[in-house]
Amino acid sequence: MEFGPHLMLASLEGAVIASILALTAMGLSIVFGVMRVVNVAHGEFFMLGAVIAWWVASHVGGHAAFGFLAALIIAPLFVGAMAAGVDRLILKRIEYDPDRTIVGTIGVLYIIQQTTLMTFGPDARPVEAPFNTRLALPWFEWGENGFAMFWPWGLSTTSYKLFVIVAAAVILLALWMLITRTKLGLIMRATQQDSETAQAFGVPVGRVYSWVFGLGAGLAAIGAVLVVPIQQAHYLMGHDPLLLSFIVVIIGGLGSLPGTVIAAFLIGMSDGIISVFFSPTLAKIFATLLVAMVLVFRPQGLMGRRAP
Amino acid sequence: MTASRKSMGLHLGVLVVLAALFFILPPYHTGNMARIMVLAIYAMGYNFLFGYTGLLSLGHALFFAAGMYGFGMTVTQLGLPVPVAFAFGILAAAVVSLVIGLLALRTSGVAFMIVTLMFAQAGYLTILYFGEYTRGDEGFVIKQAQRTVAGIDLTSEAGRYGAAFILFAICFLLLARLVQSPFGRTLIAIRENEERTRMLGYDATRLKLQAIVVSGAVSGMGGATYALLFGYVGATFATVQYSIFPLLWVLLGGAGTTVGPLIGVLFMFYLIDISSSYTDAYMLIAGVVLVLLTMFAPQGLAGELRKRVMPWLP
Repeated sequence: MEFGPHLMLASLEGAVIASILALTAMGLSIVFGVMRVVNVAHGEFFMLGAVIAWWVASHVGGHAAFGFLAALIIAPLFVGAMAAGVDRLILKRIEYDPDRTIVGTIGVLYIIQQTTLMTFGPDARPVEAPFNTRLALPWFEWGENGFAMFWPWGLSTTSYKLFVIVAAAVILLALWMLITRTKLGLIMRATQQDSETAQAFGVPVGRVYSWVFGLGAGLAAIGAVLVVPIQQAHYLMGHDPLLLSFIVVIIGGLGSLPGTVIAAFLIGMSDGIISVFFSPTLAKIFATLLVAMVLVFRPQGLMGRRAP
Repeated sequence: MTASRKSMGLHLGVLVVLAALFFILPPYHTGNMARIMVLAIYAMGYNFLFGYTGLLSLGHALFFAAGMYGFGMTVTQLGLPVPVAFAFGILAAAVVSLVIGLLALRTSGVAFMIVTLMFAQAGYLTILYFGEYTRGDEGFVIKQAQRTVAGIDLTSEAGRYGAAFILFAICFLLLARLVQSPFGRTLIAIRENEERTRMLGYDATRLKLQAIVVSGAVSGMGGATYALLFGYVGATFATVQYSIFPLLWVLLGGAGTTVGPLIGVLFMFYLIDISSSYTDAYMLIAGVVLVLLTMFAPQGLAGELRKRVMPWLP
């Protein structure tokens, strides 16, 4: 394949990665924004979403779409409820102290990961996509006969990958509406801005925290259910999404939602494109170093305001 | 007895017990104890920064690996004599920690943790990227012939225990001395109230940088010792897991106490040793311990002791 079609293919793959990443990172960003805690177990909630998707899909008979649809509903609800439980049982008792929360969620990370290893096992397991038609893509070029359209070999995507991009966009839009247009969102924003004053005005801050923590984990789980027909479920799969989400949330500015989406596309697309043309390890080295440098020299992120 | 006398007695007592254990315990456990002492060097290095200076790093595996590779690669590929290579390992860790410190100290709190985590991750990936020389995940073995110092075979049971004991004792006594010195006390003051320490005229940033370098060098010495005594160097030791281990050990044993790291490593080592004979998912134990510690004993075992019965514990 020539450079042009190759680049287009890489950007399409990048867009799929970016969509999943935007959902996962958004979960981390909301939790940080409202609760001011860093959830290190976020990647494991992602992994749990994928594993539950596999479990649900393998227990629902009939067409693959039924299992997938069931997983898309059950996995986020289950993971969200579990995260809310973690919040009630652990985070609330250590009073959301930043340092202790990090150490505590590292503990939760290992508990979830190792319990999955004991029950689900060390193998990677696939989930069948609900639909997976191969779509060949055209390429336009100025050739000898002027402007021409042709179909390069290998330049194709699948209907499912396009669906992932659309689904992620719809969910992010719904989330945006929830936060800016509903009373629930208003309560969340009030808690974010000043939890003590919110409490004084009758906002049940403790319950809001549990809901937000559950919502954040649920978003990661939705991302995982969407990705699992492309990438198999595995008990160690939470590691990369965690690191990438951190990167996205930091670049976008801790707690800034539009910043998070923009950064997710920046990172996802460049990860997709760089990995196609260069060594993925080298790409990751540059990405992590870049993030560390952003934090060192511009701690409020690219879009964020200075944290109070 | 004064507090400093008591503390002197405690430290010498710990060393006497460790020396005596070699003659009492069966070979399997002396092997374990040698490993525990080496890991305790790493934990003590971590404790100096976390327990005494109050900086929580999630990237110490980078310093451990710098010492390990600094020693292992110079001894196998350049054929340097062991003491020179060992010193080079410590120097490598000190230099890496100086660079990381200069950058990471511009941040604080949560950002400091994430920055150190990111740098360590970049370091780990760099080791993988240069797999041609470092042998990546697979790692490389240091041959028996290259693990002899002054005619003493460090692969023998006595040689290994002796070397681990001597290096542990040096770090243990030096660090105990250091935290009671004016330098150490100023670091504790920074941990307790950085603003006030600054106001008293101390250059807190410079002192914190010095603490990072000391901590990194000791951690690197742990890494070099590990490679020397157990003969294996691999990228696993640079993973996030190895940054979390010292945090776990120190929290368990008691942050900001001189004996805490040893207690923590000892406890955790046997906990994992016993549980791994039942299940592959032995890190589950680590997770449960971490959660319980943060909830119920944030000061660790030695910290609780200090609070309840031994207020003089350094």
